Amino acid sequence: MEAFVNQLPIGLSIGAVLLLIALGLTFTFGQMGVINMAHGEFIMAGAYTAFLLPGLFVPSLVVAFFVAGAMGLVLERLAIRHFYGRPLDTLLLTWGVSLVLQQLARDLFGAPNVQVKAPDWLAGGIGILPYNRLFIMGLAIASVVGVWLYLVRTKHGRRMRAVMQNRRLAATSGIDTGRVDMLTFFIGSGLAGIAGVALTLVGPVGPSLGTYYIVDAFLVVVAGGLGQLRGAVLAAAGLGLLNSYAEFWSDASLAKVIVFAAVIAFLQFRPQGLFTVRSRALS
Amino acid sequence: MLELRDIQVDFDGFKALGGVDLTVAEGELRFLIGPNGAGKTTLIDVITGLTRPTSGTVGFDGHDLVGRKEHHIVRLGVGRTFQTAVVFEELTVLENLDLAASFRKPLWSLMRQRKGVTEAVEEALSRTGLEELAERSAGVLSHGQRQWLEIGMLLAQRPRLLLLDEPVAGMSREERERTGELLTGIARDHTVIVVEHDMEFLRRYASQVTVLHEGKVLTEGSVDQVRADPRVQEVYLGRRASDAVGTGS
Amino acid sequence: MNKTDVMNKADVMKKADVMKKAIYPILVGLLVVAAPFLMDAFRLNLLAKYLCFAIVALGIGLAWGQGGMLTLGQGVFFGLGGYSMAMYLKLQEGGLPDFMVWSGVEKLPALWTPFANPVFALATAILGPMLLATLLGLLVFRQRVRGAYFAILTQALAAALVILLVGQQGLTGGTNGMTNFYDLFAWDLAEDSTQRGLYFVVAVVLALLYLGARQLVRSRYGRLLVAVRDGEDRVRFLGYDPATVKTVTFAISAGMAGLAGALFVPVVGIISPALLGVVPSLELVVAVAVGGRYALAGAVLGAVVMGYAKTAFSEQFADGWLYLQGALFILVMTLAPKGIMGVIKRARTA
Repeated sequence: MEAFVNQLPIGLSIGAVLLLIALGLTFTFGQMGVINMAHGEFIMAGAYTAFLLPGLFVPSLVVAFFVAGAMGLVLERLAIRHFYGRPLDTLLLTWGVSLVLQQLARDLFGAPNVQVKAPDWLAGGIGILPYNRLFIMGLAIASVVGVWLYLVRTKHGRRMRAVMQNRRLAATSGIDTGRVDMLTFFIGSGLAGIAGVALTLVGPVGPSLGTYYIVDAFLVVVAGGLGQLRGAVLAAAGLGLLNSYAEFWSDASLAKVIVFAAVIAFLQFRPQGLFTVRSRALS
Repeated sequence: MLELRDIQVDFDGFKALGGVDLTVAEGELRFLIGPNGAGKTTLIDVITGLTRPTSGTVGFDGHDLVGRKEHHIVRLGVGRTFQTAVVFEELTVLENLDLAASFRKPLWSLMRQRKGVTEAVEEALSRTGLEELAERSAGVLSHGQRQWLEIGMLLAQRPRLLLLDEPVAGMSREERERTGELLTGIARDHTVIVVEHDMEFLRRYASQVTVLHEGKVLTEGSVDQVRADPRVQEVYLGRRASDAVGTGS
Repeated sequence: MNKTDVMNKADVMKKADVMKKAIYPILVGLLVVAAPFLMDAFRLNLLAKYLCFAIVALGIGLAWGQGGMLTLGQGVFFGLGGYSMAMYLKLQEGGLPDFMVWSGVEKLPALWTPFANPVFALATAILGPMLLATLLGLLVFRQRVRGAYFAILTQALAAALVILLVGQQGLTGGTNGMTNFYDLFAWDLAEDSTQRGLYFVVAVVLALLYLGARQLVRSRYGRLLVAVRDGEDRVRFLGYDPATVKTVTFAISAGMAGLAGALFVPVVGIISPALLGVVPSLELVVAVAVGGRYALAGAVLGAVVMGYAKTAFSEQFADGWLYLQGALFILVMTLAPKGIMGVIKRARTA
């Protein structure tokens, strides 16, 4: 029982990180059908931002958001934009970008991992709850609330939802879908940057940091349903907990196999993820 | 042969079909008409398994089709076309037809190379008048030719019931006429349901008509009966009149 | 001109066409046979390695190019084949495999014992991947999970397998995998003549699989596969179940990858998780895209070309290869999505 409780914050904070990463993915995937394999490198960029701003942890969250967001924006404008409607090609294209970015990081910062010193006020914790993991969970919750408010309350957010539900209709009603896409990509990538900073609290930073999380984050998108905020939240929490408990109770090496099997089993009941919009189109 | 009882379809709260009954006898040519959003295509989707009704039954030859997978329904002998003809552009016209005709063959026997042209394909080619285009890829066909190819693919499968979804939409006058002749020929030895918008086409080729309106059957009968029905006139003409004035939605 | 004349002319044209088409296979065949005389043992061994990758690529070409299933987990099947073969080779030496001794395993694990039989090992290398692919295909394709979702799932499987292999040190050799193989049946793997023989085996297997795959693509089944790729939902209304078609194709491609893995091990002399994870799996997909995914020959060509390019550039620039590979890939996807074969075809028709 004690072990069960001890594992809880670890599972939830893994879930929180996955959520931060998957938030961006689920919107770019849901809205544009784009699978961005370079998303993991935006995480890495965010983490290195924190590394470059020692002692400035909170400001680095903001800077990382803009750094990663800008990278996403450039990628969208230069490349992805030309590949709409070809999701599998985009996947491979962005993988090429991801390779280049990883090598770039290796050349800029060196191949060995670096350590980011966590701020002192995050040391310690309440009982079994370490402050750093609590902080990550708080960060994820804040991001979800922020994204939700953005989607529901702002003009841009409403446009984004309109494009997500029906791109053509949105375009004919005068929405500049290109601009909306840019903004979506910016925000989605920016969130990955924040996730990167958060990751510096629980481990070292290296050029291939993103690759450790990207596959799981994609599983969150698959299990949560396209462009579904609540789906992403539930799926991220579920997969995070499953990951940590599977690692704890079985062999660490079996955990990913268990998670994979669980996702496949889940898809037997909900092939399109937790939440979907019913449509009658023959795709 | 086909019996629909109390078919209801809800799309997230929107009632697309609100209790439709429809009976079609063997050998009949039935037209399904109604204004936009009346639920015509949804009804076809329900019969062919693309949409699962919220309630109701679809009886076909003693089978209930509700809940069956699309390809099972096709294997029972129910074939359909789509509003925007969907053919395989990378394949030739002949290959499209051949693929349609081979659906009852076991998978392993498909792995052998195709030799020659089967009788069913031959017949579909000549009926649709696509012989000349047999070796061309379907991607180069005109809109009308695509519709004919799709109908041809259906014929090659020798179905017992054909469902054609707006076969003449977007066609030129000449193409409509050819389609009409094709349809008359098919109806001679098949049971056919046609969803159609085009009143002119209806007047020339239809005998039995079912009118749908707002997800319900408004009336049924011969073309003349239906045309004379004041409710039908209201549904169609009323809308048309308001459209013309510009007050319609 | 009367009708028979026209027929004859068409006949002659056809013959010329056949001759023209036969030139490339004959040229390739000659090159393959001549290779052992043209290059030293080291280079020949490299070529054999690329041909192993080409077998995997052929399967990817079938599943992705023809069937539209982007599989990012072929490394899993390659690995199952490779590990099966490696286990057999290790047991050939007699006694406990070296890595087990190092990691303190005292008794041969039960999982290992049947692999002492070469038939069992080879059958597992091919049928194991096919079985796994069938299972995955049935579970996934029946639920109409496809496209990007399928790609993500296969990638997750590759990631999971690597972690599993690394973690089960005593069973699999962990990160280092298995290496130091000495004999295959009675032949010394270090001998040049053995390697030359292996090269021919790989080349013949590839040729046979290529011919088989080509036959499949040209059959009705191949047309059906393309139809499923371009309009899965429409195919349903022709009375076919796309899930079955896809599962069978996916299983065939998995079997190819498994066989390739089994051949790879005696040729290269090592199998390890690094050879079959997310990155190597993707690399092969990239190779297929570069070669031309819509032509089976393109898949094979891409694997060989990319293999050579990787070796050549890594020898000279080491780290530069990743930039080059990334850049090359971005260029191919943007400028020539149909790959080298697409470019050749365009040049020919122009």
